[in-house]
Amino acid sequence: MLQKNDEAPGFELFATPDQKCSLEEFKGKNVILAFYPADWSPVCGDQMSLYNEMLGFFKKYNAQLIGISVDGKWCHAAYAQQRTLHFPLLADFEPKGEVAKKYGVYNDKDGQCERALFVIDANGIIQWSYLSPKSVNPGADGIIEALESITQPTTTNHAI
Amino acid sequence: MPSKLTPPLSRQDHTLGNAHATLQLVEYGDFQCPHCGAAYPIVKQLEEKYGKQMLFAWRHFPLSNVHEMAIPAAIAAEAAGRQGRFWEMHSQIFEYQSRLRKENIFHEFAKAIGLDIDAFDNDIADEALRQKVEDDFESGIRSGVNGTPSFYFNGHKYAGDYSYESLSAEIEKHLAEKAHN
Repeated sequence: MLQKNDEAPGFELFATPDQKCSLEEFKGKNVILAFYPADWSPVCGDQMSLYNEMLGFFKKYNAQLIGISVDGKWCHAAYAQQRTLHFPLLADFEPKGEVAKKYGVYNDKDGQCERALFVIDANGIIQWSYLSPKSVNPGADGIIEALESITQPTTTNHAI
Repeated sequence: MPSKLTPPLSRQDHTLGNAHATLQLVEYGDFQCPHCGAAYPIVKQLEEKYGKQMLFAWRHFPLSNVHEMAIPAAIAAEAAGRQGRFWEMHSQIFEYQSRLRKENIFHEFAKAIGLDIDAFDNDIADEALRQKVEDDFESGIRSGVNGTPSFYFNGHKYAGDYSYESLSAEIEKHLAEKAHN
């Protein structure tokens, strides 16, 4: 698994049925890359829905959240619509798990990504990574701490 | 990654029970969340049994994308708090959780617990109360809340389920440790 100070490997994956999304697009922003095993986990406070509630706070740290799993783009589209998610879900679908493998978080036995978090700074360098037990939703305290270590939140006050 | 209550309890928090107790239980909850609704009578039972030995607190963690009445309900509870009736509104909302579908339901609740309605209306519109709810939510993120309800015993995230048996066993464990020291 890649660690702090490693360069984040680039990728370009489908984010919607007809649009691709690359890491390159987010240069200049911090990126929270959240690998997770699968769409449709059967609980109401699942990790992606939880992060969806926190987007406003991530934004204060100039951070873009990206979810990534091996589910296909149509599956992601249905899942994002049903949970009203307001951030991209990328399909690491073909070749399956290629990006997860580059980050060292692919589980061969299950054929899924591990539940793993990476905070990547505006220059594409990993500043924090965390592997969570698969069945444990890791929350976002680690993410916020990592973002705080690389940036100060912008206030909503207008400059004079 | 050990998740810790951040910031710790302060006078800004809504508490019940023994303010001087060394055992504190904090719940992060969403008034429209069915799991929090299911946990409500359990926590109430715990309050009745252990209220003399410990302190209970509630912080808001509204999941507003999935529960559209979660923030209005949290603000209504804060507005009731301005009249010293936070916990009465908290109970009212959970007792009638299935009725959280329309905005003016909070008027009915406010009347039921004897609030001054004009003051309540003014307070509901007060931006400071919305900010309080948002501050609670942000503290929840920092504390590692990973779903609702999330419980913290003496500032440390509790990983067990919210059944009466599990929660009371945890409380007994803490009380026994204290007696031992």
